Amino acid sequence: MQKIGVFVCWCGSNIAATVDVKAVAESAYSCPGVVYATDYQYMCSESGQTMIKQAIKEYGLTGIVIASCSPRMHETTFRKTAQAAGLNPYMVEIANIREQCSWIHKDMEVATEKAKVLLRAAVAKLNLNKPLTAGTSPVTKRALVIGGGIAGIQTALDIADAGYKVDIVEKKPTIGGKMAQLDKTFPTLDCSACILTPKMVDVAANENVKIYSYSEVESVSGFVGNFTVKIRKKARYVKEDLCTGCGACTEKCPSKKARNEFNMGLDTRPAIYIPFAQAVPKLAVIDPNACIKLKTGKCGLCERVCEAKAIDYTQKDEIIEEQYGAIVAATGFNPIKLDKFGELGYQYPDVVTSLEYERLMNAAGPTKGHVVRPSDGKKPKRIVFIQCVGSRGQSCRDKSYCSKICCMYTAKHAILTKDHYPEMDVKVFYIDVRTPGKNFDEFYRRAVEEYGVEYIKGQVGKVYEENGKMMVQGSDLLSNEQLTIPADLVVLATAIEPDESARSVATMLTASMDTNDFFTEAHAKLRPVESPTAGIFLSGTCQGPKDVPETVSQASAAAAKVIGLLAKDYLTGNPCVAGADPMICNGCSQCANVCPYGAISYVEEEVRGPGVREVRRFARVNEAVCQGCGACTVTCPSGAMDLKGFTNRQIMAEVDAICK
Amino acid sequence: MTTNYKEQAEIILQMSGVNPLKCMQCGKCSGACPAYDAMEYHPHQFVSMVRRGNLEPLMKSEAIYNCLSCFACVERCPRDVKPAKLIEAVRLTVIREQGMNKLKPEQIPCLMDENLPQQALVSAFRKYSK
Amino acid sequence: MQVNESKEFKPTIVAFCCNWCSYAGADLAGSGRLSYPADVKIIRVPCSCRVNPLFILRAFEKGADGVIMCGCHPGDCHYSTGNYYARRRMTMLFSMLDYMGIERERTRVEWVSAAEGAKFAATMNDFIETVTKLGENRKLRDLRCKK
Repeated sequence: MQKIGVFVCWCGSNIAATVDVKAVAESAYSCPGVVYATDYQYMCSESGQTMIKQAIKEYGLTGIVIASCSPRMHETTFRKTAQAAGLNPYMVEIANIREQCSWIHKDMEVATEKAKVLLRAAVAKLNLNKPLTAGTSPVTKRALVIGGGIAGIQTALDIADAGYKVDIVEKKPTIGGKMAQLDKTFPTLDCSACILTPKMVDVAANENVKIYSYSEVESVSGFVGNFTVKIRKKARYVKEDLCTGCGACTEKCPSKKARNEFNMGLDTRPAIYIPFAQAVPKLAVIDPNACIKLKTGKCGLCERVCEAKAIDYTQKDEIIEEQYGAIVAATGFNPIKLDKFGELGYQYPDVVTSLEYERLMNAAGPTKGHVVRPSDGKKPKRIVFIQCVGSRGQSCRDKSYCSKICCMYTAKHAILTKDHYPEMDVKVFYIDVRTPGKNFDEFYRRAVEEYGVEYIKGQVGKVYEENGKMMVQGSDLLSNEQLTIPADLVVLATAIEPDESARSVATMLTASMDTNDFFTEAHAKLRPVESPTAGIFLSGTCQGPKDVPETVSQASAAAAKVIGLLAKDYLTGNPCVAGADPMICNGCSQCANVCPYGAISYVEEEVRGPGVREVRRFARVNEAVCQGCGACTVTCPSGAMDLKGFTNRQIMAEVDAICK
Repeated sequence: MTTNYKEQAEIILQMSGVNPLKCMQCGKCSGACPAYDAMEYHPHQFVSMVRRGNLEPLMKSEAIYNCLSCFACVERCPRDVKPAKLIEAVRLTVIREQGMNKLKPEQIPCLMDENLPQQALVSAFRKYSK
Repeated sequence: MQVNESKEFKPTIVAFCCNWCSYAGADLAGSGRLSYPADVKIIRVPCSCRVNPLFILRAFEKGADGVIMCGCHPGDCHYSTGNYYARRRMTMLFSMLDYMGIERERTRVEWVSAAEGAKFAATMNDFIETVTKLGENRKLRDLRCKK
């Protein structure tokens, strides 16, 4: 039997003016378990708290009920008070007689009666409270960043600068991601490589950072502070420790017809290749689908020319297991595939995507920075840009969202084109021009006013070929006429979508995603860089379309959150977590299906109880992961699952006390 | 002809199943339209004018007969608005009125030409008259 | 059962409020001094998905005249999906209660955010008015509990 103390607060006149506090305190004695009841002007004040502490000691109280303001206001205060007096902090219940009673009722009699009922319910609940202790778990002081684009690089650099170890897993042979492929960045027109490559070098040189390039995450287990991750290091067929990146092998390789991914397939590369000159790590890699030696067993030229003896045709994938305290998803984006947009003519060589156009303009690209038609290598006289290709649509081939970056990069392409080739005619078909951002609209206006780029409002209906020209047919909604413009080159501002690896990464991390496969944040406004799953953080475009500065700021924000986590030696959990009674649980797995955090797993262990001693399969809740929502408790068909602090019996007792 | 165009517009939307509020005015329908120059009002204008209940000019316009019903606009619309169905519904509203048949049987003989597929006549007749 | 005709009928109403949205909304109604009848008593639960249908059956058994459950708006759940489970469960439960003769109007699910103090008060006023019109609930009552 509990020995309960009841403390009724006046809250000055806030409560006492409409609730007869003395009568409420007096009524407490009729509730079971109550051995002491009193009232005071300000319970939360220093003297009020002292009074509580003294009463706990004097009457040997096992639990206290404070009838006062909302628990959202002072529950923590009174829990600390109880703890200071040697009571378990979870043996405290609050009866909310201010916000939910005195403040909303005017009649003293009515309010006093309600206050009595609320107090009765709180006492009834407290009678069933059990002391709870929050579990602690140690934190592994190492973070994993999945994805080595600008988001992953920035997150890793910031974590490393704070003194923590961090690993980057990048599936491509080099880090750098999409930003490495860009020519210039809007609105300042900085050279993308010039600002990115020093960061790539920094991150590689940082002793706290380890880069697993050409590697993928294979599996993730564990929970916040204690993740175990298996990483598959794909076979490069080149020994990393020996390769010097001299490139002799790439020159001698006889198989030169492989699609060059870095240049978006606008040219070809050898079977053994280094993705680009500034690649980090600068190591050769053999494409097994193109290598003659690996396919037929005959060749071996690269092995012969390699002075470092780095070539190893027998290399196998390697699985590495590592422990991490926090994981950052930075899986990035890709332009969507355009095979379903036949009307826009992407099947013609002279219709390119914006990312392909970036490579065409880039001095290190396949054309050395000369804008030419991929079909015949001639300099185009007129280029037409088409915006919103695949964005803002509702059909199955479209993305429902605005891809956010296209308006700006199209304006950038238009300006750069006009800057290099003032005589070239540049037209842009747009639906809306969206340029929110610092100096963004000014940039777009420069394209129109300074460079004379013609913006035409209206989406293009079709693109077709006629006499070697790309005919762009669209309506000009402002002049109300249909135009058919012969163009030499057409650039499609292609929508972006999350990288195809994001879905499997999210599944491994038990991180939630939206219908577009973007990672969802823990709170759209207030926790934008955290996943609802504890210990998982989001960086860059895996969370939603973003430009470079936004990506970098989000990456640093995610790093700050990771550092905050890694700075702790132990994590204190919420003690109000779910737990299954192994005697009752039948191992049906229903609870695991509804758990949003993946906190429930199943174990097969010996169960001992009255007349029972056998190995059974039952649910076990990981208390470090459980957030205490209680979804599992209601789903459980056998009633084995219960939530500490809000047990079935406690809530039933409250219901009973209220309905009495 | 009824002059309550607001109500008429409601009926047209019901008949066609088109929700003009889904339209984002991108103009792709008109960009794709092969009969654009033959139409006084263009597919995107039909959507916005029916939305505003501005039916009279549409119903009096030749555009409703010049639409080929090729459904290019329906196919291309990124937001699934189906402008051609709307044009079809406006046309039906007109020709259902007594005496509003666009094509009358007595006009047929002078249209006949030996290269004209009979099918074309049948479908034109179906399309332009009650 | 003693029915006091001279006294106005005062329903007993139990409200389950999730800790993150609706309970905070109720607090906001309080700090805004937005009044609603004292007949409603709030039980705080971590999430609307913690509300076991048994709690609601228990309330009716013990003499409640109406039960309302409030949670975060769909999509805003603190635990991301809890209120979706709650919504489905309550749909099932309420149709069963209806079948058993407990009028559909005696049960309600309402989404109240932490910023919607006014909505909370309005909802409670409306619900109490509806239940008061229906009068005392006599179904499902455990007669052994009655004097």
